[in-house]
Amino acid sequence: MKFRIEPDVRPVVTSALALSGAVGVFALAFGVLAVGAGASVWQTCALSFFAFTGASQMSAMSIVSTGGTVSAALGSGLLLAARNGVYGLALSPYFGESLGKRLLAAHFVIDETTAMMTAQTNPRLQKIAFWTTAIALFSLWNLGTLIGAVLGGAIDPHTYGLDVGFTAAYITMLVPHLRTSNGRIAAAVGATLSVVLAPFLPVGLPILASGLAIFIGVRPQRAKASA
Amino acid sequence: MNMSWTLVIWLSIGAYAFKMLGFVVVGSRKLPNVLAQCLMLIPAALLGAMVFNGTFTDAQSIAVDERTIGLLVAIIAAWRKLPLIVVVVLAAATTALLRAI
Repeated sequence: MKFRIEPDVRPVVTSALALSGAVGVFALAFGVLAVGAGASVWQTCALSFFAFTGASQMSAMSIVSTGGTVSAALGSGLLLAARNGVYGLALSPYFGESLGKRLLAAHFVIDETTAMMTAQTNPRLQKIAFWTTAIALFSLWNLGTLIGAVLGGAIDPHTYGLDVGFTAAYITMLVPHLRTSNGRIAAAVGATLSVVLAPFLPVGLPILASGLAIFIGVRPQRAKASA
Repeated sequence: MNMSWTLVIWLSIGAYAFKMLGFVVVGSRKLPNVLAQCLMLIPAALLGAMVFNGTFTDAQSIAVDERTIGLLVAIIAAWRKLPLIVVVVLAAATTALLRAI
């Protein structure tokens, strides 16, 4: 049986697969780090399957690993998950009226699917971009998590510097957000608050408090030339 | 680790709720621009916080130790656009090496 892909679809599928491959490697890192932070293999895999939003999963795990409370970890994870709500707003018009389909598609509304879908111009390719990315990325994210979690059990986190591994992963995730001046200011203010407040608040809360930095967003967008 | 299952379950429910909120509940209505702008800054603020809090604090005190060098290595590696796994391994390995000596 011969399977033919139309020429305009090919680049969409290729970039979806490449992106998913990279995310799969990231999942591997998440698996290792989460198990190092004290989560079981099952807990780690359940997070990737059901929560399915990378930065939230990472932040929750690292707050737990540094001795923060479950509420602080949950708070930071949820705060990071909130942006998917904004993506949902942006993607909503592309989808039909079927509620069932919307409920299913909602699970896959994340950074990558949003970026891939909004990069396309015609409705047919937009749908292909969303679903190809969703399926490939979800599969590799969960596969990577499982492999990482199984490997991670054999490693002592402190000896192998895994805590700094978390930090390094955050840096690579942070980079795209530093393209705008608001992004840079928010990152700098958040970073400062998280250290300065540390002696005064229980572990984990300084990270939540740094969320106050998002109010830099009320600054008019025009004022970009302030350097 | 019952506490962690609590975390897994609530984070899963919460993450889906947010995805659905924008997608299904709010539908095609638009958020006020200012609110959307603030929400989109959440990753920048929190990731910045996690990088610095994770590097320069130890429980409730401010600390400068092996992790600082690990962070510097990670920043350089990310700046040179090395692949994620390389950035993570380099930073972790540097820290591990410094801790061993």
